[in-house]
Amino acid sequence: MGVAPAEVEQPVTGQDAALDAPWVTVVWNDPVNLMKYVTYVFQKVFGYPRAKAEKLMLDVHHKGRAVVSAGSREAMERDAETLHGYGLWATVSHDS
Amino acid sequence: MTWDIFPADEEGDESIGAAAFRPVPGGAAAFFEQAQAGVIRSLVSQIAELVSADSNAAETGPDSNDMEAQLGLSSHAELPDDPVLARLLPDGYSDDPLASAEFRRYTEETLRSGKVASAQAVLSSLPPGGGEVRLSEAECQQWLRALNDVRLALSVRLGITDENEDLSERLLPGDPRSAYIWVYQWLAYLQDSLLEALP
Repeated sequence: MGVAPAEVEQPVTGQDAALDAPWVTVVWNDPVNLMKYVTYVFQKVFGYPRAKAEKLMLDVHHKGRAVVSAGSREAMERDAETLHGYGLWATVSHDS
Repeated sequence: MTWDIFPADEEGDESIGAAAFRPVPGGAAAFFEQAQAGVIRSLVSQIAELVSADSNAAETGPDSNDMEAQLGLSSHAELPDDPVLARLLPDGYSDDPLASAEFRRYTEETLRSGKVASAQAVLSSLPPGGGEVRLSEAECQQWLRALNDVRLALSVRLGITDENEDLSERLLPGDPRSAYIWVYQWLAYLQDSLLEALP
C-alpha cells in the first residue's frame, strides 16, 4: 500500500463513501403475493437455493422488506425490472 | 405476503367451482369449466388492455414520442394515476423521484409488453369454452405472472391492504365487488396449485 503525500487531502467520507457503497435491490412486503410465489421468484430470478430463497421471503414477510441482491447500479436496476415483471414490489437503493 | 389459498367459503359462487392444476410430465394441467375459463379470460384481457391502452395513448403525439416508442423508451416519468397501473408498474426507487423517472423511461415499455405477453399466453392456451388445459413449463411461468397480475389488480380494486383481514367482512352486503372477493381467493388457490405442480 502506497503512502499518500501529506499535503494532499483525501476526503473519504460523505459523497465518496456513498459512491463506493454497493447498490442493492430491496423487495417490499405486500398483502397479495403468495409466500410460495415469492420464494419461487427468488429461486427463478437469482438462482438461489430454495433454503436461501425461503429465508429471504420470510425476511420480507416479517421485516417488511429485505435486500435480495447487491452489485452495480445497472445490475440492480435490471433485477428490479425483472422483479417488477413478476409483480413483486422492488426498489433500488444504496446499501446502508 | 399471504398464505391465503382457500378456494371458497359457503357464500362463494358454487357455479364456478375451484379448478386446480396438477403436475403432468413436462408441465401442469387443469380442467376448466366454461364459466371458469370465462372469468379468467375476461380478467386477463382487462389487464392486457389496461397495460397496453395507456401505453399506446402515450405514443401518439409529436415525433419525439414516436422516436421514444421506436427505441422502446416510455414517455412516462411518473407513477401512473390509476392505482392498479401504479401497482403493476411501480417506481424503481423508493426515495429518489428523479432516478425513478429515469428508470421508468427505460423499463416501462418492456414491463408493459411482458405483461401483455403473459396475458396473451393465457388467452391462447385457455379455450373460451373451457376444457382440459395442458401447459408446458414455459407456459406455466406465463400463467403464474398473468394470474399474479390479475390478483394484484383485484387487490387494489378490493382495497386489500392487510393480509390477515377477513375478506368476507371487507365489503358491505350488496357491494357489487363482493363476487370478486371469491374470484380473488380462487385465483390464489389456482396460482398455489400451479406452483405446487411445477416440475
